[in-house]
Amino acid sequence: MTTLTLAGAINAGLRRALESDPKVLLMGEDIGALGGVFRVTDGLHRDFGGDRVVDTPLAESGIVGTAIGLALRGYRPVCEIQFDGFIFPAFDQITTQLARMHYRSQGLINLPVVIRVPYGGGIGAIEHHSESPEALFAHTPGLRVVSPATPADGFLMIQQAITSPDPVLFFEPKGRYWDKGEVDLDADPAEAPEGLGVARIARSGTDLTIAAYGPTVATALKAAEAAAAEGTSIEVVDLRSLSPLDTATLAASVRRTGRCVVVHEAPVFFGAGAEIAARITEACFFELEAPVLRVGGFHIPYPVSKLEHEYLPGLDRVLDAVDRAMAH
Amino acid sequence: MSQQAQIDDTDLVQLLTPTGQRVDHPDYTPRIAHLDAAALRGMYRDMVMTRRFDSEATALQRQGELGLWAQSLGQEGAQVGSGRAAAPRDMIFPAYREHGVAFTRGLELTKILRQFRGIDHGGWDPKDHNFHLYTLVVGSHTLHATGYAMGLQRDGVVGTGDPDRDTATMVYFGDGATSQGDTSEALVFAAVNNAPVVFFCQNNQWAISEPTSRQSRVPLYHRGSGFGIPSLRVDGNDVLACYAVTSEALERARSGGGPTFIEAYTYRMGAHTTSDDPTRYRSAAEEQYWRDRDPIERLRVLLVAEDAADDAWFAELDAEAAAYGEHIRSTVRAFERPATMSMFSDVYAGPHAIVDDERAWFEAYQRTFADTSATTGVH
Repeated sequence: MTTLTLAGAINAGLRRALESDPKVLLMGEDIGALGGVFRVTDGLHRDFGGDRVVDTPLAESGIVGTAIGLALRGYRPVCEIQFDGFIFPAFDQITTQLARMHYRSQGLINLPVVIRVPYGGGIGAIEHHSESPEALFAHTPGLRVVSPATPADGFLMIQQAITSPDPVLFFEPKGRYWDKGEVDLDADPAEAPEGLGVARIARSGTDLTIAAYGPTVATALKAAEAAAAEGTSIEVVDLRSLSPLDTATLAASVRRTGRCVVVHEAPVFFGAGAEIAARITEACFFELEAPVLRVGGFHIPYPVSKLEHEYLPGLDRVLDAVDRAMAH
Repeated sequence: MSQQAQIDDTDLVQLLTPTGQRVDHPDYTPRIAHLDAAALRGMYRDMVMTRRFDSEATALQRQGELGLWAQSLGQEGAQVGSGRAAAPRDMIFPAYREHGVAFTRGLELTKILRQFRGIDHGGWDPKDHNFHLYTLVVGSHTLHATGYAMGLQRDGVVGTGDPDRDTATMVYFGDGATSQGDTSEALVFAAVNNAPVVFFCQNNQWAISEPTSRQSRVPLYHRGSGFGIPSLRVDGNDVLACYAVTSEALERARSGGGPTFIEAYTYRMGAHTTSDDPTRYRSAAEEQYWRDRDPIERLRVLLVAEDAADDAWFAELDAEAAAYGEHIRSTVRAFERPATMSMFSDVYAGPHAIVDDERAWFEAYQRTFADTSATTGVH
């Protein structure tokens, strides 16, 4: 086991992918000599060269569009979108081209393109640097949408995403980039107990289930710790993937606990939590002791950074939802 | 008649006038010197067959056999000339009106009609003829062609000095697509990577109802120059000139010389699609102006003048085209409706719990409508 940050673990996973498959290449803005604005690609340009770690022009649609062309030629491009708020120029290429090429070619064409997106808030950034647009992509058939919450998952999931035959939106919780964890660098992503798209029980409990992914998993674990001190046993499910959604694992948990709170940074309105609540209500209606509650962003543009900690679903708001669910 | 819809012959490369006379060009005449009578007849045949296909498809739409049709009428010279200049190993990215290019690639054209009949989204394997599926989101595929060209560079099949190995891509788009951001981004990526891609813009003067003056205040081929890409304008209704400039551009791309932007100045003789009504925005006089510059007729004049084809050959071609028309009609009418459950196929290459669950549910739901005898044995 090695102690790595999430950023370091993803870096190690990218390095492993570049080493094991000559068709893998990285493309993005400032990912070369600089190593990316978050240094996730640090050292890779030096070791693999500019043909495989490509500094692209400042054009997100161009990055994804040329990645599609490279994939058509047999490459496995891993694109970095510098910040969540800058993915929108590429939205057309992702949704009208990347997501449906396999479908419209009746399975003849695979586009194994990974799009890495640092996302989420809490880092004191200016506008467009703290967004959580994952639901937009989960709503698009043909894409896989995943988000690692730990360094161990960052290392494994980026490699699983790269070997996936389908396009993958890989959302990296940038506020957790410097969180450390144990990583087994000898682990084989193909042999990992959890494949891409499978949820993981991050903490076992009996009274209530918190469903979280990416940046809110750590918040959920803190909430579970705090609730335990007050006698409430919380189970935390790290969804790891929004598309597909591992409803089976989550529903099995909620059937045991009878209560479910969903936590994400994205606005609650029409967010992933709405889909999860609907599915859990349908699957667990007779086991539920309380309505499924959601904790997340408000239906406002991401606020100024001086207010972001009031906006974000922090420990207190998660515990408030736990209290409300437990009151039923 | 609007001024912009006439030929602006500034810097226009032309090797065959509208009345079928050859024109000498110091750079481009040598590029067609090897085209003998058989080659010229071949080009003529491609254009005639393409036009027949196009008119049959238009009629089939009118008869309700197709949901929609996008005509290539009038653009056969640009498409056949450029298409014939490409090598089989070159990868072609069409927009959605490149039926003539498809014909030169050897694609069975009725496969295109599956898309317009609504039974699939593109009925051919792009690898079979190195001819990608039609792209309907205007300009998007300029980036795909550029990325593919970047892949060719990494594969070491550009600038090797072996003309049988070097490979390029060519992407077709229209005047309207030049306004799309993706097209500009493709020019940026192609230029800075020196990618082996030919941007073949068919300026057919109309983006549905909007004339080219609504897209640009400079000639479209100037677009390429601004990105540092060699650019030129060719008479798009001159199949010989289109062949010459495209063969030069592809040769440059394959040999490592980078991208080229070609503006083929042509005219969309038909409607944008069968849903369009050009009488609302352009004049009959303008259409007549361009009918007098037809790409097929001018080559016919040349073939006759140079004794490259006789009456018997033309009659034989007419018969071949008529038979082709019958083949198209019977093929389209025989296309079968896809199976309902096929809509769930190939959304993902791997398993996906949501799609898999929905498919299973819908399959069971469909079964509830089956009659009792049909459901016997179904669990």
